Amino acid sequence: MKAWDAIIIGGGHNGLVNACYLQRAGLDVLVVEKNDWVGGAATSRELTPGFLYSNCSYVCSLFRPEIMRDLELPRFGLQVISYEGGAVFTRDGDYLANYRDHDAHRREFARFSRRDAEAYDRYARDVTRQCRFIQPLLMRTAPDPASLRPRDLGELLYLGKKFAGLSAQEMALTLRFWTMSISDFLDEYFETDVIKANFALSGIIGTALGPMSPGTAYVLLHHYMGEVDGSVGAWGYARGGMGAVAKALAASFKASGGTIRTGAEVDHVLVDRGRAKGVVLAGGEEIHGKLVVSNADVKRTFLKLVEEKELPDIFLRRVTNFKIRGSSGKVNIALDSLPEFPALPKDSPVYRGDMHFTDSMERMERAYDDWKAGRWSADPFLDMVIPTTLDPTMAPPGKHFMSCFVQYAPPKVNGSEWTEADRDGFAESVIAQIAAYSPGFRDRIVHMEVRTPREIEAEVGLTEGNIFQGELTFDQLLFNRPIPGYAQYRSPVRGLYMCGSSTHPGGGVMGAPGRNAAAEILRDLAKSTPHMSPAHDVI
Amino acid sequence: MNQQATTASSTARIAGQGHFRTLRLGTPFQPRIDALARTQDWYNWAGYRAPHSLWDEELEYFAIRSQAALFDISPMTKYRIEGPDAEAMLNRVTLRDVGKLKPGRVHYTAWCDDEGFVLDDGTLFRLSPTRFRLCSQERHLPWLLDSASGFDVTVEEETEAVAGLALQGPTSFAVLRDAGFAGLEALKIFDIADFPHDGGTVTISRTGFTGDLGYELFVPSDKALSLWDRLMCAGELRGIRAIGYTALNRARLEAGLIVANADFTTAEHAIRADRLRMPDEIGLGFMVDPEKGHFNGRRAILEARAKRRLRHVLVGLEIDGNIPAEHAIVYHRKTREVGLVSAAMWSPMAKRNIAIASLARPYGDTVVEDLWVEIYAMRELQYQKLMKRAKIVARPFIKLDRRTANPPADF
Repeated sequence: MKAWDAIIIGGGHNGLVNACYLQRAGLDVLVVEKNDWVGGAATSRELTPGFLYSNCSYVCSLFRPEIMRDLELPRFGLQVISYEGGAVFTRDGDYLANYRDHDAHRREFARFSRRDAEAYDRYARDVTRQCRFIQPLLMRTAPDPASLRPRDLGELLYLGKKFAGLSAQEMALTLRFWTMSISDFLDEYFETDVIKANFALSGIIGTALGPMSPGTAYVLLHHYMGEVDGSVGAWGYARGGMGAVAKALAASFKASGGTIRTGAEVDHVLVDRGRAKGVVLAGGEEIHGKLVVSNADVKRTFLKLVEEKELPDIFLRRVTNFKIRGSSGKVNIALDSLPEFPALPKDSPVYRGDMHFTDSMERMERAYDDWKAGRWSADPFLDMVIPTTLDPTMAPPGKHFMSCFVQYAPPKVNGSEWTEADRDGFAESVIAQIAAYSPGFRDRIVHMEVRTPREIEAEVGLTEGNIFQGELTFDQLLFNRPIPGYAQYRSPVRGLYMCGSSTHPGGGVMGAPGRNAAAEILRDLAKSTPHMSPAHDVI
Repeated sequence: MNQQATTASSTARIAGQGHFRTLRLGTPFQPRIDALARTQDWYNWAGYRAPHSLWDEELEYFAIRSQAALFDISPMTKYRIEGPDAEAMLNRVTLRDVGKLKPGRVHYTAWCDDEGFVLDDGTLFRLSPTRFRLCSQERHLPWLLDSASGFDVTVEEETEAVAGLALQGPTSFAVLRDAGFAGLEALKIFDIADFPHDGGTVTISRTGFTGDLGYELFVPSDKALSLWDRLMCAGELRGIRAIGYTALNRARLEAGLIVANADFTTAEHAIRADRLRMPDEIGLGFMVDPEKGHFNGRRAILEARAKRRLRHVLVGLEIDGNIPAEHAIVYHRKTREVGLVSAAMWSPMAKRNIAIASLARPYGDTVVEDLWVEIYAMRELQYQKLMKRAKIVARPFIKLDRRTANPPADF
């Protein structure tokens, strides 16, 4: 029976990135994916004729350009389009926009507060400094602080040197950034509620924390350290939806000789005397491989795919306690025309950016209170985009695809599984909010896909539907991600590796976990990596 | 502290939404400038559409040095600081002793963050015992408001409300006198006085950015066009010409003056920690007054001086040859990289090749010999690489007696 050099469980973007690098290094690689399509949470499906959705992930910034280049993704159709800022609608009939033009941005803020308008430069400087500190760490394996191996010591030294290179003030700011709430952090710069709410959204997206919870300042940083073609902090749309990322990766993988089997759900990993030997599919079919890489999150991997008896106790307990909480949902809407927002001038560039309706920190925190109580937010926080304003490939001319990321949605409703009625109620909370700012909105809806944590977990396989495969809190970052002692993509089972967002540097369509895991695997195989670029210089 | 309400009502806010349609604003003088803009060569000055040149940047420079050049300085950031504690508050913010600045006088000053790094430089006008105007390149409202805490003072941004013109050059005095500003001859350099204009008041100071005889005029925005017309009309026979920034930038370099975010990076914009500069590192050490009380950055600056932790120095260079050394690297003994030229030109007035450069100490400080600059001169798609000797010289590069002559001459 054939033994593959490597079997990747899960065809999400990180699994595909990992597979691409391994295949290009000369391995014979198989990707097994339970769905009939690849992409995981970076997928675009046509659920109603003529409309392509970004079913989960919907905007692109974190995906590392080094990976796009290494894997020749432009040749396989990937194109990322930068978009104009966006806006928060205010309840008094106004909005606060973010413009790309520095002076327009200042004038817009000055409509609300002249002081905050002029405070923005200091804020941007501080955030940029922190991003520059973190960005080079994304494409490096985190050191094991308990190890005395020269490589770990070297990496620790690198971290230490980078840290020591900061001024005392920056060092303090770094530590504060990694531990503070986004609300407290923004208070240091701004006085106006809506301006704080405008920035705070990046601190809560994808996380089961509120803007007043410690640790959310880092989440903001995580959303700022991406780039579109060197423009750090910028976000863009993948042309053709986020599925274009997976499509390009799959094409690149196949072009280099890789094999993908869709509709192939893994039941468990074959382990023989502490070593991974392959996988067993749900139908019972055994596939043998010299090594196995799991793109699934750490909980799914070790609590569902590997037998308990193969794993050390403390490791198991830590996996069990790994924080990966469902906090968000998604409503994808096909529209027969562009919605109108009376507050927004018709020629505003905001239509092409991301729109929000949560204009105060208090409302944002109250939305989180509902989550804590086990309910979806009555007054949810939306991150809403209409990619078809810039991307002609996703809907017929004049028609539009609208993506609404929704927070908060609990993994269970009042302790019980989500029901169809719950799902409808959740969707209604979203539609009602949009309709309150956009009369006639309901009449434009052609089709709608509603995804609560239940649907996201069932379809994508993310535990509780957590988009980051685990909270981005400091206790679960760097050499603590996902589990102390197992932050270098290896696991207690020899030959079983992790490459998903549960590993360093975490979630978002970044590709770095998949790439870094490939680097470690190839190191174990004593193979060189000439086809893998180091991180771009931050100068 | 009683401060300007910095938040707006929703009606006023909503009325202001449409600004996104005009990314570069016109100044109050824009109708006149547009009419003269033959080159249509614009740049973005703090969100305003400002001319690089209007008809010919070379000739515009000579207008400054031979006749009278009119330059619109309205986009400059302006703050009005007023109240019984205004002097005390500004003493806390800025480096120089504001107590020594008498009403009716202007001084060039700078201000720092708590770490002693320069936030900006600018001019401080003392319009009355309790009323000041601070003019600067960057915006500083949060700093000023924070520093005003505990003082009885009002801080208000007045960039849009106040229009400004610089009239510079040997005939500038004569132009203003002919325009009817009686008593102007009494103004000595750095003096300010108010004059009647169009039913209101124009504030004229004998200041400028050219090292030449010159004045700066400030009026409420609604009196801007009548002021422009009054000057142009009076100056017709004395060669008055409107100019753009390129010409002014040449004049300021000859005068040895530095520009924020061109010759040094301001602290609130420096992403890289090693780009921050203390006053002593950009030639502004003379402003620091340790004898006055607390001011922002005082402790850090004095400590850096005491512990000899000043790492850079800004110098004037005279470079062999006539090829401008803009953004050239400075070497010691032609091999060791020791600094960078931030501004350079052939000076028509000095007939020398001049530059402003930042060097890493001890170069430029105790080691001043054997300095060189490597000039990459692009000539028809080829770099002509030149290694030219550079000599540290005092600034200003030119000194014009007419700048300070009393009474000022007609030309």
